[in-house]
Amino acid sequence: MISVENVSFNYPGGPEVLHKLNLRINDGEFVAIMGENGAGKTTLVKMFNGLLRPAQGRVAVDNIDTREKSVAQLSRNVGLIFQNPDHQLFAETVGEELAFSLRNFGFKEEVIQRRVTNLLTALDLDRYATSSPFVLSGGERKRVALAAILVWDPKHIIMDEPTIGQDYLQKDRLRNFIMQLGSQGKTVIIVTHDVEFVAECKPRVVLLSRGRVIGDGSAVEILTNSQLLDQASLVMPQIAMLMNELKDLAIPPAIIDAYSAREFLKNKLRQLIAVRPPKER
Amino acid sequence: MSAIVVRDLSFTYAGAEKPSMENVNISIDKGEFVVFTGPSGCGKTTLCRCLNGLIPNFYSGNLQGEIKIDDIDIKGKSTAELATHVGFVFQNPENQLFSLSVERDVAFGLENLGIPREEALQRIRWAMEATGILDLRYKAPYELSGGQQQRAAIAGVLAMRPSILVLDEPTSFLDPKSAQEIVGVIAKLNRELNLTTLLVEHRLDVVSRYANRVIVMDKGKIALDGPPSEVYDDQARLIGIGLPRVTMLFHLLRRDGFPVARNPITVAQASDELRRLIRQ
Amino acid sequence: MSLKFVEGFKFTRIDSPIHKLDPRAKFILTLGFFAASLMFTNVYALLIIFVAQIPGVLLAKTVSRWLRSMRGGLFLGVFIFAMNAIFGTSLVSSLAFTLRFFAIMSSFSFFFMTTSADDLGLALEQVHVPYSISFTFTTAVRLVPTMAIDAQTVVDAQRSRGLELDKGNFIKRIKNYIPILIPLIISAIRRSVELAEALESRAFGATEERTSIVTLTMRLPDYLVVLATIIGLALAVYVYFRVPLPTLVIPVQIPRIF
Repeated sequence: MISVENVSFNYPGGPEVLHKLNLRINDGEFVAIMGENGAGKTTLVKMFNGLLRPAQGRVAVDNIDTREKSVAQLSRNVGLIFQNPDHQLFAETVGEELAFSLRNFGFKEEVIQRRVTNLLTALDLDRYATSSPFVLSGGERKRVALAAILVWDPKHIIMDEPTIGQDYLQKDRLRNFIMQLGSQGKTVIIVTHDVEFVAECKPRVVLLSRGRVIGDGSAVEILTNSQLLDQASLVMPQIAMLMNELKDLAIPPAIIDAYSAREFLKNKLRQLIAVRPPKER
Repeated sequence: MSAIVVRDLSFTYAGAEKPSMENVNISIDKGEFVVFTGPSGCGKTTLCRCLNGLIPNFYSGNLQGEIKIDDIDIKGKSTAELATHVGFVFQNPENQLFSLSVERDVAFGLENLGIPREEALQRIRWAMEATGILDLRYKAPYELSGGQQQRAAIAGVLAMRPSILVLDEPTSFLDPKSAQEIVGVIAKLNRELNLTTLLVEHRLDVVSRYANRVIVMDKGKIALDGPPSEVYDDQARLIGIGLPRVTMLFHLLRRDGFPVARNPITVAQASDELRRLIRQ
Repeated sequence: MSLKFVEGFKFTRIDSPIHKLDPRAKFILTLGFFAASLMFTNVYALLIIFVAQIPGVLLAKTVSRWLRSMRGGLFLGVFIFAMNAIFGTSLVSSLAFTLRFFAIMSSFSFFFMTTSADDLGLALEQVHVPYSISFTFTTAVRLVPTMAIDAQTVVDAQRSRGLELDKGNFIKRIKNYIPILIPLIISAIRRSVELAEALESRAFGATEERTSIVTLTMRLPDYLVVLATIIGLALAVYVYFRVPLPTLVIPVQIPRIF
């Protein structure tokens, strides 16, 4: 469990970035932290592995105050995947890149080799095991960065803006992968402003604006609240906007993605056809 | 009047095994608003780089075929020469702002071109007004939001008075609201100045309403080319581009057997189409 | 040590009479302090040169950052003192060299804190330094804070993978910097490529006859500063040759190691 208790934070000499924040994320939850650029999302998640410590208040991971442990110790259980893979790739081969963290954490060599091979296969990167990470494409580098964190199997996984620069197929693959991680019992936290992606994954959504939590609920609750969304510089998912337009047709307000909309409309239309008197075609 | 004519264009980056772009043929008229999309690696950025001379001057390789901008063959022309015809706005606002004040930044291109001071100041003012950033003229780029920075970048390019504006995923780093705003600004410029606009984008839900034409590339070739509602059909979905969700919804309904007449690309169109279906 | 030291050379926009001065005048002033610092080896003189800069710092409203950069330079200062003393220089002279270091560092820090990279570039252009050189310089200065942020991000990212920079013997610690340096260098290269693309697209290098919408003009305060520098230097030269200065005596003898 990750708990944030009355946390305030400001960078040295700067304005307050987080203001008396309270948040609790249980093990195995899937949460999206959303908000405008500068809302404090990245600052908040950097507190989960100790990179930043609260100026006031307390952050505890699995009931231990983050101030009592080093970043390396906390990272053992909290994997933070940064937005830009180029900020972490440095090794001669992709395999070495993955082995890096395992060596830092003191894993035995045989275990390291096994884990690296497994993860390369899981993320479809085997053919690159001995390639330099720098010759891979942008999307592939992002996968290597992801693999490099997952390789030590942290209990809680945080992804900072995982969908930026990704095309539709890559996002689809990412969504499936996140679902897989969830089914393994991992806590998955994504920091994002990709509303359509969140509408399709339907995690719990925590909305941040100017360092404060302004909304916390299901994706359906939050992504249909235009007032909150506007405050956080977000836009309603297109399907939700469509459903709003069709309010007079008695459409339930809980539909925010295309598949759910299709299910509902399919049934509704068939109902209407069944009720209608037979017509010439 | 044609703005861009591309004939049999192919390009292979130096050291690459395969061409990034093969036998591309496109003709774009003045004033068109074209959205360029396709899966990662399809060649859309490569094509854009050919239009302002970054290929072959900055990126070396084997370029074949012909490009005519405003009816002039651009072969052999440098990027600096083409800058007054084709303006290019990049993805990352941080790496295309050069000065410590917005005004000086917008002036940058004009100073490089040797435009006299009086004329430069006029153009700068015009460009800042057109992009709505006149009140930000003395601010430093790091004091601006992402959306404001991109407006400044557009102004800096606009000041050079190109007849064509190419933008490569300008909304990548922006939040949804800023993304909508900046696309609105781009559409306004396209309308009011009859500025031929080529917008490379993944976020089709935001840009489709303004485009009169969508070109989809796949594996280095042109796969689809036409008005959005025609292009956003089954083949586009199979190529793997992220269609607007309302369009996807109607694809699904069509597969379920409902007589969907056309592909809606906006919420308003979708709502109309749905009501029509219900009435039937 | 690290970043506090660098902060003393970062420009911030403050409304002060010093910030408004022409960079050329300020640079002449800085050179004046520099020359005077090099001239003297007398502790009292160097102390006066150092203290003489303080009114300027006060006027420029940059006192706290100036103090922080002095504190950041303390490490180097102590190092200079120690090295000199150990290798046989008298304590008094070691003190003098340390003071000289601070006087010079302070004058340059003062210059960079009050002069924007843009104005620097303009100044260089107007003294006919080739544009490509002045542009390279101002871009480098402008990118320092950006690269500092990048560096911090890389450190954060690697620490999040279990890298511990403060552990291990000397050799291990050096090796630990490889995962920091490589991404940093690669990021810098990628950034340069993007910048270069954008530059080309803004017609960089289109013509040798570059124009500028802003020109620097020297005004009365600027000429006064230049005049004050000349007078100050003249005074310094006079004192150096003509005025016997009291010497500081420290009655402590360090055993000669070398």
